[in-house]
Amino acid sequence: MAKQIPSDSLVVRALAGDNAAMARLMSRAEAGSAECRPALAQLYAKAGRAHVIGITGVPGSGKSTLVSTLTLKLRTGGKRVGIIAVDPSSPYSGGSIMGDRIRMSELVNDEGIFIRSMATRGAQGGMARASLEAVDVLDAAGFDYVIVETVGVGQAEVEIARAAQTVIVVSAPGLGDDIQAIKAGILEIADIHVVSKCDRSDANRTVSDLKSMLTMGMAVGDDRLWRAPVVPTSSVNGQGFEQLIECLGRHGHFMRSSETGQIRVRKIAEFRMLKTAEDLLRQRFTNARRGALAAVSEQLAGRRISPYQAAEQLLDGINLKGTP
Amino acid sequence: MSNNIRVLLAKVGLDGHDRGVKIVARCLRDAGMDVVYTGLHRSPEEVVAAAVQEDVDVLAVSILSGAHMTVFPKIIAGLKARGVDDMILMGGGVMPDEDVAALKAMGVHEILLQDTPPNKIIETIERLVADRGER
Ligand code: B12
Ligand SMILES: Nc1nc2c(ncn2[C@@H]2O[C@H](COP(=O)(O)OP(=O)(O)O)[C@@H](O)[C@H]2O)c(=O)[nH]1
Ligand SMILES: [Mg+2]
Repeated sequence: MAKQIPSDSLVVRALAGDNAAMARLMSRAEAGSAECRPALAQLYAKAGRAHVIGITGVPGSGKSTLVSTLTLKLRTGGKRVGIIAVDPSSPYSGGSIMGDRIRMSELVNDEGIFIRSMATRGAQGGMARASLEAVDVLDAAGFDYVIVETVGVGQAEVEIARAAQTVIVVSAPGLGDDIQAIKAGILEIADIHVVSKCDRSDANRTVSDLKSMLTMGMAVGDDRLWRAPVVPTSSVNGQGFEQLIECLGRHGHFMRSSETGQIRVRKIAEFRMLKTAEDLLRQRFTNARRGALAAVSEQLAGRRISPYQAAEQLLDGINLKGTP
Repeated sequence: MSNNIRVLLAKVGLDGHDRGVKIVARCLRDAGMDVVYTGLHRSPEEVVAAAVQEDVDVLAVSILSGAHMTVFPKIIAGLKARGVDDMILMGGGVMPDEDVAALKAMGVHEILLQDTPPNKIIETIERLVADRGER
């Protein structure tokens, strides 16, 4: 692709499914470039048709392999599938190694599949915003499903999964005695529970542990209209994927037709608005206070003022509207 | 806010030597780059398709199998066919010097062979990306 093509002209090409144009728009979204905002706004307006599925679970639970097998099954039905694979950035260097593609090797060389890896860059990096903008690109380009794989450990990662219509939480046998998702605090966000690696003999225990956990968790007089099913799958022998696709269809329908679904749509919109506002605020704050930082932190380090006073000085007179 | 340098690290064909590529991946991450690793046994076409979707600054291919003279021309042709003209193509591994010269003439931007210190790899990538400029 030629250098410095305006984002607005990339939109037309992205909508026609041009991979390079879609990919470049995602990069510009990730960089937070002001130039691409009108383009992203166009895409946002066109998006909203895809079934967005968040998949989360602890590292090694089999998420990438599940995404790969699920995508192949959806492809045989002729559906186009976009995948955003989110990996954590190193807190030390800010860099990352993203290896989800290793397990998705069967998915390349198919025009109906688009895979993009993204690093979280800590909670500060505007990750939730950028990954959801990448979802918009795929959604607007007509992909039927957009799957977001995130590591279910940090706040930022779980938030991204939560911004999907359907959230799948993956548990696996062989990763310790307990259901790992409980420790990670992500059990509650599941619309569908998957127990992966059910070709293994110890998987039955994971399934029954999980099921009893879920029944225990159900309060008296529980009146939820959707109860998260537990689906055992195996990417080795293909077990469970028909059931998983059936559950996805049912949950997608539930979300489109129920009040719960309407509430979720509004919550996701609210989440995106707040995240974007936080990003903007942080950017404007950093720009505006760059000069003041050294002097105030000097005073703070010398214990001449308190952290609270220092923060007040920094915020004093900051222009919220500012120019980003 | 700007993006980290993005690198796709690829192993192509039957080449199973992955020690070097894993070392390179780690040193690039520690230098603050975002590294997408494809895993072993990819085809040149798959690597090109992945590099386009990932919109990487650098497509970096590690080859110790001796297949470099067939792999790189296919990758160069694949990039051309997709109209990609702002991606940096790099190689590394084990290759004879005369092949390195031939590959550079074909359009591979840089090739770094065995015993290259990590810093040299990092500096080379940073320089090539800076020279290319914004995109
Ligand atoms: C270890 C090794 C193996 C191990 C590999 C273990 C593993 N998982 O990696 C084992 C024993 C499995 C193996 C098997 C074979 N090997 Co072997 N192996 C080696 C050996 C001794 C060292 C390679 C190594 O790990 N070096 C250490 C790492 C850190 O260095 P590196 O990979 O070169 O990476 C550095 C740089 O090259 C650079 N770099 C690497 N990639 C990239 C990418 C980019 C973009 C950049 C910028 C830089 C970069 O950065 C790294 C750090 O400096 C080499 C000999 C040699 N001197 O290289 C032979 C060698 C590579 N093997 C060779 C052969 C022939 C084989 C076999 C075919 C032998 C056989 N008949 O079975 C098999 C093939 C296996 C297969 N499927 O590919 C030949 C290849 C000949 C050729 N190219 O023409 C070599 C050169 C030995 C020789 N002199 O004959 N091998
Ligand atoms: N036996 C078995 N192993 C699996 C299955 N799915 C994944 N794995 C293995 O579990 C490990 C982690 O898988 P991966 O998909 O990378 O997990 P992620 O970290 O959650 O994305 C890999 O070694 C996979 O081969 C499965 O269905 N059966
Ligand atoms: Mg994964």
